Amino acid sequence: MSEAREKAIGRTVKKLSVVVVAMFAFVFVVMVPLYDVLCDALGLNGKTSNERYRAVAGEVLTEREVTIQFIAQNNDGMTWGFRPADNVLRVNPGAVNETVFLASNPQPRAMIAQAIPSISPSRAAEYFHKTECFCFNQQPLDGGSSTEMPLQFIVDQGLPADIRTITLSYTLFDVTPDEVSDDQHLAAR
Amino acid sequence: MSCKINRLIGSTRIAIVALFSVVASGAGAEEVQRWRVNMEPGVTEIGSRIYDLHMTVFWICVVIGVAVFGVMLYSIYSHRKSRGVTPATFHESTLVEVAWTVVPFLILIAMAVPATTTLIDIYNTDESEVDILVTGYQWKWKYEYINEGGENVSFFSTLSTPRSEIDNEDEKNTNYLLEVDEPLVIPVGKKVRFLVTAYDVIHAWWVPALAVKKDAIPGFINETWTLALEEGVYRGQCAELCGKDHGFMPIVVKVVSESEYHEWLGEKVAQASEIKELMSQQFDLDQLVERGDEVYQRNCLACHGAQGEGGVGAAIAGSAIAMGEVAGHLDSIVNGVPGTAMQAFGNQLNDVDLAAVTTYQRNAFGNNMGDLVQPIDVYNFKQGQ
Amino acid sequence: MGDHHHGPAKGITRWLTTTNHKDIGTMYLWFSFAMFLLGGAFAMVIRAELFQPGLQLIEPAFFNQMTTMHGLIMVFGAIMPAFVGLANWMIPLMIGAPDMALPRMNNWSFWILPFAFAILASSFFMEGGAPNFGWTFYAPLSTTYAPPSVTFFIFGVHILGLSSIMGAINIAATVMNMRAPGMTYMKMPLFVWTWFITAYLLIAVMPVLAGAVTMMLMDIHFGTSFFSAAGGGDPVLFQHIFWFFGHPEVYIIILPGFGVVSQVIPTFSRKRLFGYDSMVYATASIAFLSFIVWAHHMYTVGMPVAGELFFMYATMLIAVPTGVKVFNWISTMWRGAMTFETPMLFAIGFVVLFTMGGFTGLMLAIAPADFQYHDSYFVVAHFHYTMVAGAIFSMTCAVYYWLPKWCGRMYNETLGKTQFWVSFVGFNLTFFPQHFVGLAGMPRRIPDYALQFADFNLMSSVGAFIYGASQLLFLYNVVATIVAGEPVEKEQVWEGAEGLEWTVASPAPYHTFTTPPDVK
Repeated sequence: MSEAREKAIGRTVKKLSVVVVAMFAFVFVVMVPLYDVLCDALGLNGKTSNERYRAVAGEVLTEREVTIQFIAQNNDGMTWGFRPADNVLRVNPGAVNETVFLASNPQPRAMIAQAIPSISPSRAAEYFHKTECFCFNQQPLDGGSSTEMPLQFIVDQGLPADIRTITLSYTLFDVTPDEVSDDQHLAAR
Repeated sequence: MSCKINRLIGSTRIAIVALFSVVASGAGAEEVQRWRVNMEPGVTEIGSRIYDLHMTVFWICVVIGVAVFGVMLYSIYSHRKSRGVTPATFHESTLVEVAWTVVPFLILIAMAVPATTTLIDIYNTDESEVDILVTGYQWKWKYEYINEGGENVSFFSTLSTPRSEIDNEDEKNTNYLLEVDEPLVIPVGKKVRFLVTAYDVIHAWWVPALAVKKDAIPGFINETWTLALEEGVYRGQCAELCGKDHGFMPIVVKVVSESEYHEWLGEKVAQASEIKELMSQQFDLDQLVERGDEVYQRNCLACHGAQGEGGVGAAIAGSAIAMGEVAGHLDSIVNGVPGTAMQAFGNQLNDVDLAAVTTYQRNAFGNNMGDLVQPIDVYNFKQGQ
Repeated sequence: MGDHHHGPAKGITRWLTTTNHKDIGTMYLWFSFAMFLLGGAFAMVIRAELFQPGLQLIEPAFFNQMTTMHGLIMVFGAIMPAFVGLANWMIPLMIGAPDMALPRMNNWSFWILPFAFAILASSFFMEGGAPNFGWTFYAPLSTTYAPPSVTFFIFGVHILGLSSIMGAINIAATVMNMRAPGMTYMKMPLFVWTWFITAYLLIAVMPVLAGAVTMMLMDIHFGTSFFSAAGGGDPVLFQHIFWFFGHPEVYIIILPGFGVVSQVIPTFSRKRLFGYDSMVYATASIAFLSFIVWAHHMYTVGMPVAGELFFMYATMLIAVPTGVKVFNWISTMWRGAMTFETPMLFAIGFVVLFTMGGFTGLMLAIAPADFQYHDSYFVVAHFHYTMVAGAIFSMTCAVYYWLPKWCGRMYNETLGKTQFWVSFVGFNLTFFPQHFVGLAGMPRRIPDYALQFADFNLMSSVGAFIYGASQLLFLYNVVATIVAGEPVEKEQVWEGAEGLEWTVASPAPYHTFTTPPDVK
């Protein structure tokens, strides 16, 4: 093979290798953040912003009423009792609303939970602002004790007129660091 | 690989006999609809529109197919070397290239219009009268009525086909694998909104006749809706691979008149309070074992085996847990065993059923412990532990 | 033509250390055929279990391992390496190059493959069994809920991805730098063109697959939560990343097949390919569109309606360039002087059946209708029409077409034709009824089914056994040809064939085009 051709091949390989590395990086540095941005913007999966909403004083639309349904669920392996204090609230856009979710840990040991919110219909997500939410942080709870977890929210005045009901679901995940004793593990097998 | 070839020959015969006898008898209200080749419009307006869309695109494809393959077959017939033809030499024509780019494009636009309007209507979940939370579990469905008035109604819906039919020991019934212990009940002519989510892995809730299919994703809720125009029983299945028993978590929806619906809902609410009452009662061994047997069949058998011999799950016959302290036994059942396939049943079963199944396991399969676990024991265990 | 400085080394060393494109091509082809038989054996197990309602042969857990491994082995073990083998053999011969651009890397890219599949196959013997989460391995079934063998699966995918990337870089580098003087891009045979475009697709998306499995690995072992909602991740993100790889991947599987058929149809029609330029542009458009349609695999996942509409329109658009290709093939046949040797039969079978797969693809593109089709057997029927009748038929077609050039012997035509008709009947008997059960409501990936699906499933299983048997006929025919086929003395094996590969002796000498040929 001629030297010129060898060089040309070398250049091609270099360029293509750069593409390979770039595409691998693309997954981590572009696709993942981009997906999160799109989730926030479009409310994919009914995700809401994880940031505390800075309330701006605004007009309360007293003549418009929106029904908010609350759902509390456990994920696999989560044994807490978990339910909303109110199943349904009727709220006015612009008003600050408060409610609590009740959680109890029936286990003998302390556990840590993380609540993941999801809103339906998903296009309502960007109009649902949480000024205070237990989902912003992990929730530790001692064995055998229970707690009230607060939620404070505002429904944006700009909520599209055809949305009359919003469902807010919290799913509780067990995020207690792994310390499952091995003997318990073995006994089950 | 667990082979069961020895059973194969016998089971083959049973299966074939079952297949034909089911069709021949035709006794049941529902018959097996054999040789069905097409989608059904179902009992919703959206379903008929989807069906029309499906048929429109299908016929367009048929017409194009007949034309294209017709030309090809004609060419195969007439332009054969054996007929002594000399090949032509043309090999391009901008005009025809442009034509067969533009014409299909126009056909596509014609298809896209009705598809778009139908899709937009499918996405309109507003103004529902009944809201139901559907949660996919490995491998069953949980339904919760979340409107005011039905808040306490929540139940699991599990495959009710007996294991013996699946294992080809018994004749398969008409609704083989499409039957559940407790169907979902919805009113006819009312918009019902389904909020779909999952407890563990991704499932998908699919009822063809109601034109509903939605993925159930753990941690998130999806929504979809239906408006059934005819009363009846409609069957579907989980449509997303969700592990071992993905094929064994059917969906049955009973569409009933509004009055029947309210009557049923009333009964369910009453049942819920009845369970509350039962929780404070004391039962004797036979009562608990009888109830526990049923609970076991529905919830434990798939993993632990009909004789408690184990399978995916540990053996219960002779197990150290089932024959050990009650508290440890309850802990496994109520809280599950992290890191294994053993789920936490504490929130899935009521305390009466938990007590019954625990008692059953301690007294069946040769585990003759002779002790009783009462609902109040379960309650106390859950509270203080 | 070929001048023989030195022949191949002797014995096993020849195969271990070879950098010769023909040797490596041969190894790829045999390896992929072995994988094809293995994946086919899994399919036979699946169809045997589905022969009747009820569980007869295997447990549901093992059934899931079978469907998963069938998909993985067929896509990554059979189809992709088969086309890489074909590219290795044919691209240098078609563009007048003495060898591939990177012969040593070529050796590596082949020899890591058997390790990847040994790792995958060994997972059957691990605790919890082989991967059982489907070849699409959706999280969290493939992460939190996966058997321990998932780590080995991830390792295997990394290796075979690396192999594919090396193969693709080699092919792209060869096409760009090794063409004989006068072989301009727009003179390249269409098979070279389709592979050139496929190589770019591979280079673009195999790293994405590597990224996806790396994230899985991190979620499983290093406590990240890319795909778990608990830590702020999302299982749906997995599906987006997977299908961003996965949709181009299905074109990676089919484009070289388009190329093969575009070589074969002109040969046996004794007429130049109609619309060469538009074929090239259509291939490029399909490749481009493949990057913006991925979410049509996820219509039911709960996307906003605007996203749903975008992906629906983009997907429907693919019908245009695909249609152009089909019309071009038929126009090539039009007023030709056709004969119907085995490769031509497979090429025509490809055109007919792939077009049918295209029609169902168009139906599946319609998002509202897909709510009924999604994850049903209708989808299974659709993608087997495109992958089996597309990739496998075109691959078989290629083997019959070039086998006389490879080994200098002619295959048995009667046996070849028999194999075609048995395959054709078996294939349609297997997969056509699957459209029906799918439309009637049968979900895919289930080990047992309701009674109303029994009749068509029985048909489907019988068809599958016939189709499976036809592959043994193929194996026999190829081996018999290599061992005792009638020698082909002339360079020009087929009367109507054009291209540089038909200017070298049959069998093609170990070294060809050491002096570049003249391209008119």
